[in-house]
Amino acid sequence: MAFAWLPGALGDIAHGAATTILLIAVTTLAGTLLSILGAAGRRNGPVLLRRAIGWYVEVMRNTPFLVQLFFIFFGLPSLGIRLDPILAAMLAMTLNMAAYTIEIVGAGLDAVPGGQTEAALALGLRPRQVFIKIVLPQALKIIYPALTSQIVIMMLESAVVSQIAVRELTYEADMLQARTFRSFETYFVVTLVYLAMSMALRRLLVTGGRRALGAGVS
Amino acid sequence: MIEFTFWDIVRNLLLATRWTVLLSLAAFVGGALVGMAVLFFRISKHKWSRRFASGYIALFQGTPLLMQLFLMFFGLPMLGLRIEPWTAAVLGLTFFASAYLAEIWRSGVDALPRGQWDAGASLGLHYLQELRLIILPQAFSITRAPTVGFLVQLIKSTALTSIIGFEELVRTSNAINNATFEPFKVYGLVALIFFLMCFPLTQYARSLEKRAAAR
Repeated sequence: MAFAWLPGALGDIAHGAATTILLIAVTTLAGTLLSILGAAGRRNGPVLLRRAIGWYVEVMRNTPFLVQLFFIFFGLPSLGIRLDPILAAMLAMTLNMAAYTIEIVGAGLDAVPGGQTEAALALGLRPRQVFIKIVLPQALKIIYPALTSQIVIMMLESAVVSQIAVRELTYEADMLQARTFRSFETYFVVTLVYLAMSMALRRLLVTGGRRALGAGVS
Repeated sequence: MIEFTFWDIVRNLLLATRWTVLLSLAAFVGGALVGMAVLFFRISKHKWSRRFASGYIALFQGTPLLMQLFLMFFGLPMLGLRIEPWTAAVLGLTFFASAYLAEIWRSGVDALPRGQWDAGASLGLHYLQELRLIILPQAFSITRAPTVGFLVQLIKSTALTSIIGFEELVRTSNAINNATFEPFKVYGLVALIFFLMCFPLTQYARSLEKRAAAR
C-alpha cells in the first residue's frame, strides 16, 4: 500500500465528489417532483395514464440502471435525441429514482385519512389547493424516511454513470488509478469518500427534514 | 465486417444470459451462506460481535457496489491471489448480498415476540437449538417477500460486473452494439431479457407480501 500520490489527487477527488453531489441534488429535486406528479396521476388521472404510469414503474424497477443509462445515452441519439453525458446521467437517474419514489409517495398519499380532504373541501378549498396544501405535506411527512433511503441509494448508484464519461467521483478514480498504477489504494480512498458522503447525506436529510417537516421524522 | 441478423443478436444475448443467471444464483447462494454467519454475529449476545456485524452491514450498504467490485478485483491480487473477473464478480456480489440478506433476516428475528425465545428456553433447548428449531424457521418465513425482492435487486446488480470485465449479458451487448451500431435495438433487447427474468420474481414477492398481510 502506498499513498504518496494522494496529496496531489485531492483536487481531482474533490472535483469528482462535487459533481456527484450536483448529480444527486438535481436527481432528488427532479425525481421527487416527477414522482409527486406520477403518484397523483396514478390515483386521479385517466385510465390510460394510470396504466402507463403502472407499466413505467414496473419496467424501470425490473431492469438494471446501467442498461437504462446505456439505452438513454447510446440509444436515444438514433431517435435524433442527443444528450450530453451529464444530462443523460441526470435524466437516467431522475427517471430511475422516480419509478421507486412514485410508489413511496403513493403510499404516503394513501396513508393520509380521507377526512382531511373532506374537511378541506368543506372549508371551500379548491381540489388543487387541497392536494398541495393539505394532503401532500402530510404524505411527505409520513414517507420522508423511505424517501431519504432512496436518495442515499441513488447517490451510491450514481457511481455507474462514470461509464458514460460523466466526470464524477468514480470517473476521477478511474483516471487516477490509470495514472498512479495504484488501483487498490485509489478505489479504497474513493470508497471511503463515498461512505463519508452517504453518511453525511443521510444526516443532512434527517436534520433538514426535521426542520422543514416538523418533529417526528427519524 | 460481420453481419448480424436480428436472430444472431438475440441468440448471442440469450447465450450470455446463462452467465447472468449463473452469477445471480452463485451470488445468492454464497450471500445466503455468508449472510447467515453475519446474522449470527448480528443477533449475538455479545456487544462487540453485534457491533462488528452492524459495521459490516453499514459498510456494504453505505458504499457503491461498483467500488466493492473494484476493490475485490484489484485487492485480491495484492494478497497474491490470481483473480479472474468471474471470481471477483462472485466474491464481490456474495459479500454485497450477505450484508443485505443478514439485515433482512435480522428484521425477521427482531419481529418475533420475546416469548418465542422464552418458550424455547423453558423446553430446555440451548441457544443453537432455539435458533435452529424455533427462531430461524419463523424469521425466514416472515421475511420471504423481502428476500425474493432482494434477489431481483441482485439479478439487476450483476450488470455491474460487466465493468470489471465479466462476460455477462451487458458486456456481450456492448460488444454486439460496437459491431452493429444499433444501440436502440440491442439495449432494448437486454432490458427486455432482464425484465423477463425479474418481473415474475417481483410479482411473486408481491403475492407473498399480500399473503403475509392477509394472515
